[in-house]
Amino acid sequence: MRLSPDPSITTAALPARRQVNFGMMHPETRTKPEGGAPPSADEVIFDVVDLSVRYGGFTAVRDVALQINRRQITAMIGPSGCGKSTVLRCFNRMNDLIEIARVDGRILFHGVDLYDPAVDPVEVRRRIGMVFQKPNPFPKSIYDNVAFGPKVAGTRDKAELDDIVEQSLQKAALWDEVKDRIDDNAYGLSGGQQQRLCIARALAVDPEVLLMDEPCSALDPIATARIEDLMQQIKDEYTIVIVTHNMQQAARVSDRTAFFVTEVNEESDRRTGVLVEYDHTDVIFSNPSDERTEQYVTGRFG
Amino acid sequence: MVGTTPLTVADLQGTARRMRRDKTMRVVFGATASVSIIVSLLIIVSLTREAASFITKVELGSLWDIGWFPRRGSFDLLTLFAGSLLVTGVAMVVAAPLGLGAAFYLSEYASPRLRRTLKPIIEVLAGIPSVVIGFFAISFITPDLLSRFLDDVSFFNLAAAGIGVGILTLPLIASVSEDAMRAVPASLREAAYGLGSRKATTCVRVVFPAAVSGIVAAFIIGISRAIGETMVVAIAAGATGGSLRNFTQIFDPGQTLTAAMAALGAGTDQVKGDDAAFQSLYFLGLLLFGVTLLLNVISARFVRRIRERY
Amino acid sequence: MAVTTVAGVGDVSLARRGHDVKGRLFHLLVVLSVVLAFVILAALVWDMIAGGESVLTERLWSFLTSGLNSDPELAGVWQGVKGTLQLSIIVVAVAFPLGIGSAIYIEEYASDSRLTRFISVNIRNLAGVPSIVFGLLGLAIFVQALGGVTGGRTVIAGGLTLSALVLPIVIITSQEALRAVPSGIRVGALALGATRWETTRHHVLPAALPGILTGNVLALARAAGEAAPLLLVGAVSGVFFVGAQGTLEQILHGRFTAMPMVIFSWARLPAGQGWNVLAAAASLVLLVLIFVMNGFAIWLRNRYEQRW
Repeated sequence: MRLSPDPSITTAALPARRQVNFGMMHPETRTKPEGGAPPSADEVIFDVVDLSVRYGGFTAVRDVALQINRRQITAMIGPSGCGKSTVLRCFNRMNDLIEIARVDGRILFHGVDLYDPAVDPVEVRRRIGMVFQKPNPFPKSIYDNVAFGPKVAGTRDKAELDDIVEQSLQKAALWDEVKDRIDDNAYGLSGGQQQRLCIARALAVDPEVLLMDEPCSALDPIATARIEDLMQQIKDEYTIVIVTHNMQQAARVSDRTAFFVTEVNEESDRRTGVLVEYDHTDVIFSNPSDERTEQYVTGRFG
Repeated sequence: MVGTTPLTVADLQGTARRMRRDKTMRVVFGATASVSIIVSLLIIVSLTREAASFITKVELGSLWDIGWFPRRGSFDLLTLFAGSLLVTGVAMVVAAPLGLGAAFYLSEYASPRLRRTLKPIIEVLAGIPSVVIGFFAISFITPDLLSRFLDDVSFFNLAAAGIGVGILTLPLIASVSEDAMRAVPASLREAAYGLGSRKATTCVRVVFPAAVSGIVAAFIIGISRAIGETMVVAIAAGATGGSLRNFTQIFDPGQTLTAAMAALGAGTDQVKGDDAAFQSLYFLGLLLFGVTLLLNVISARFVRRIRERY
Repeated sequence: MAVTTVAGVGDVSLARRGHDVKGRLFHLLVVLSVVLAFVILAALVWDMIAGGESVLTERLWSFLTSGLNSDPELAGVWQGVKGTLQLSIIVVAVAFPLGIGSAIYIEEYASDSRLTRFISVNIRNLAGVPSIVFGLLGLAIFVQALGGVTGGRTVIAGGLTLSALVLPIVIITSQEALRAVPSGIRVGALALGATRWETTRHHVLPAALPGILTGNVLALARAAGEAAPLLLVGAVSGVFFVGAQGTLEQILHGRFTAMPMVIFSWARLPAGQGWNVLAAAASLVLLVLIFVMNGFAIWLRNRYEQRW
């Protein structure tokens, strides 16, 4: 199995080449604009309106309203149990997998309500990818891990798959480390490498958005740093939403930050997550409006 | 402000072919799952229909006649129950202590490596076909074991059948009991050792009480298995009708519920009979089904209790 | 959780006890249980070997290849072997797909509804039903009601009956194998935009396959040893039958027998004429067959088991 051995391929050189290959895959599903008109920095792709999520009788998070901007990194921070991951999972309909989950409100993706009954979650998840807290590569070869997504989406041509695999691994800054053992089992990789593999795998289906649910919490600091660098590199092409426990990480990588907290319901004594403040990251961390935000970011609680 | 490439709902609809395939497979798998329900329904229907027909044909008084001679119209249920109870009793006398002891050894005493080698061997016992055990009963247990030490043992006798059934039940009791014991948290044992208790005491005073639900479940499952065992009795206890009214006839030939069924089913070339003799087969089957179902449901309750505690 | 009191342990003295009589006794009893289990197994195997030795050493080949015969000097297990093989093929063709499919449905597709729980409870109950009751099912349904399709007391009816018998076991073991696959794999595949079937087919099923196969082979070994259902469904338990030869059509529509039935027949005949030797030898053949199957299943498990 031969991948193109062209050493001149760098991440920067990829976009132009990639347009051609991925376009062949599913011209009707490409969501990126033709040509190269740069989108405005404030273009909104997700519009969350009155979002509440219940698990059975328990309200995990309520009345969330925010907007996610294109090709930016948005962080969601807050103490444990405040519903950040729950909100994140709404963006790609992964909450559907939890039987007792009920989602109220709307999430508009480019104006389309993701929870419209006519919308197929499978298609949503191809456009909006996700990386999880614990790396979960398939017990298959590195190649098969990355090629799986494009394969089920319809790409059959071997040469095309080879290209996609290589480019995705390049983007995930993993190619150089694995190019000689691409058919080895993915379980042989280190934790940090596995997580980068999961990122490559997610990128291989050409999503517009990448959701990351505490992607570094299972990794050591060096692996964490590599992933944070990676995020900055791919930010030009993908919109990233990251949930993190690590405040400093949010401060380092994100453009905007949303701060959540739990509120205790007086009568039922149950905790529900709420969005406290959402603003540019530098504002959140240096000059927040809400007192709770200030207490959290200065370390006085949480 | 929303994006430059507005999407429509149509864009977010999946490829028709993939969605269709997914739905089709869902239906296919659902259909296979329904087969198990169909099997249960068929069992209940076929048993009750013929059993009901039997009941209407037979005077209830004949169910208490002495002696199980279906072709003469004598349907002595008590004899059969007595036989089943005897065989099951003997089986449990063999299987319960040995099974429990083996479970204790595997769970509390054996090293992990020893456990891994010993456990499959005990499970091999479970895989021995019942006809082989039945043959073993008449070729070894009765002549070389029972007759050697006891007088007045018939060639076909219920005790040998009981021992044979016990051999089959032993691994089952050992396995379920061992699972129950291993489910007991290490912290309980450590607490006992910390107080200076030794292994035997810990086993008896700590592990056993903690695992007792599971052990009871194991016993009930064992009883259910023993009651349902057919071939060992059919070979070893003699397929005679006869009557059995007191339990001292343990070393005489006898009949259990299951062996009576085997005799009825095998001894005829009829596939379907309208006569009560043949239909009594289904009646017995219904009784057997009901009893074992009840036992299994009860044992499931006990198993659930272990899970709830830990 | 109830706290079990550790009262009455009593052995609190620090002085080294020379004779922990009760403890030693208990240990002895417990070891004895295991030893006895082995002794029983050994005695059984030894008894079969000793009993069947003459046949096995003198005319092994003719024993394996001859059919049933009224003359013990000429009788062999061939028809039994053939029947067991035919029955096994039917069980593999019927029970395995149905069982694995059911397990996939319950584990991957079904929501936690009353219907699903009912299906699970039903399967568990079926697993505990005595095998002779399945014989009644076979008799009433496969032989009688569906007689037109199966041909009556044929190997097909027998195979279907055994399939019904082992179906619950196949389902339960397959379920366990599927459950052992970590959920992260499913979640990861679904998050990439795969359908449920694609996830199951490409990732869950391949990962669970060794466990599924192991369970299935064990279920097959169980089916191979069953006699009670076959007795009711009409397997021949006489001394001599021509057996169905000839075309596949004839084989499928004639009477049949199987190894356990052959043993059953011979075991009941008078020992003096040499039938007991045959029964012992046949038992050995069946035991070897079953041990090989179990061994294969264990080898499968050890070789291909995935450690997550």
